[in-house]
Amino acid sequence: MSDRPHAPPPLHLAEHPFFREMDPDFLDLLKDKVHERPYHTGDLVVREGEIADEFSLIYSGKVALEIGVADRPRTTIQTLGPGEVVGWSWLAPPYRWRFDARALKPTRTLALTAPRLRALLESRPADGYQFLMRLLPVIAERLENTRLQLLDLYGV
Amino acid sequence: MASEVMAHSASSSRTVDPWTPVPFAVRERKSETPDTITLVIAPKARSKPLLFSPGQFNMLYVFGVGEAAISLSGDPESSDRYVHTIRIAGKVTKALTEIPTGGMVGVRGPYGTGWPVSEAVGHDVLIVAGGLGLPPLRPAIYEMFRHRDRYGRIEMVYGARTPKDLVFYDEIQGWRARTDIRFQTTVDTAGREWYGDVGVVTTRLPDARFDPEKTVAFLCGPEIMMKLTGQALEARGVKPESIWVSMERNMKCALGLCGHCQFGPDFVCRNGPVFRYSDVKGYLALREI
Repeated sequence: MSDRPHAPPPLHLAEHPFFREMDPDFLDLLKDKVHERPYHTGDLVVREGEIADEFSLIYSGKVALEIGVADRPRTTIQTLGPGEVVGWSWLAPPYRWRFDARALKPTRTLALTAPRLRALLESRPADGYQFLMRLLPVIAERLENTRLQLLDLYGV
Repeated sequence: MASEVMAHSASSSRTVDPWTPVPFAVRERKSETPDTITLVIAPKARSKPLLFSPGQFNMLYVFGVGEAAISLSGDPESSDRYVHTIRIAGKVTKALTEIPTGGMVGVRGPYGTGWPVSEAVGHDVLIVAGGLGLPPLRPAIYEMFRHRDRYGRIEMVYGARTPKDLVFYDEIQGWRARTDIRFQTTVDTAGREWYGDVGVVTTRLPDARFDPEKTVAFLCGPEIMMKLTGQALEARGVKPESIWVSMERNMKCALGLCGHCQFGPDFVCRNGPVFRYSDVKGYLALREI
């Protein structure tokens, strides 16, 4: 037996809920556009204002979305966990992150290269539509949750 | 005298003259958050056991100021005291939080329906609390912990505005450490010192482990939170008649007479505050109610 620590098993796109049961042919085309990105606690996954050049899928760990407001400490507005995606700023111009994302514990992600993913979605409209129909509920849910947070329900 | 006006059973332990508050003394005060305190109160005179069902409330009277309906938040087995957790929301609740140890408060009650803890026996139990929705659920939690083997999985989700708004902070650290239940906490916003979850309580439900077909759910918090949580649980397969919610309305008489707390065809003080979700979900969607 080897004394080396066991390497974690490789991550697969098809096993992430976002891509589950998506057309295998489409997933094959993504294989060379994906990289595993591990993060230690406290690492920045994305930084507000920087170019949004990757689409990140979380497999384990926890990520905090943080917003900075002048003269106030950074505020966490949402945490994300396994099975969730980091954001969509990579999909629409100006392709810049609107928030920080920071690992709250050791976190494993797969990151898809955004320009190549955008080009692929544009060249395959049917797959592009399927992709957007998976992303839209994520956007809608976060918008609804943000509205609820704005209502400050517990403060009433 | 209090010994004459308190009876033995939970249903009949209320004051004989329902309009006359019984004098209680504040025995302990504990600050929970900047605007919320827990009061431990006991009758000034000798009393029969103070029994109540989890989910019931008392009318607490600050002499010369007014009266407010406040849920019982203590252990039902501690029959020598009542425990109430109070957040400042107006003149009366502010006065209640300012009563010093040894000070007097008037009590009418307990009133209302309770959480159907016995109906949950043999089932998975999901408890979802938002903000000051945790105190009315704590007596039911104590009851289930005391008879843990009678229940399947027990999952709890508790949401608050910020980490400093979490009530029973020390106690819930103990709950989180238990291996026979699962307790998730989430807040709406937090600073970097918070390593827990951030987001509305419904975002934690996908992580909750329970068998939808044999789950009883207890929900307590802002109405919109209960509405959305009820919808999410129904979508997951929990039967609406297995979901229970605790409603809050401005109460005056607490006897089902004055109509201040009317909610659709019901009075919250008499028919509630704990209702079956299937009976009230239609009213939760009506803005006129």
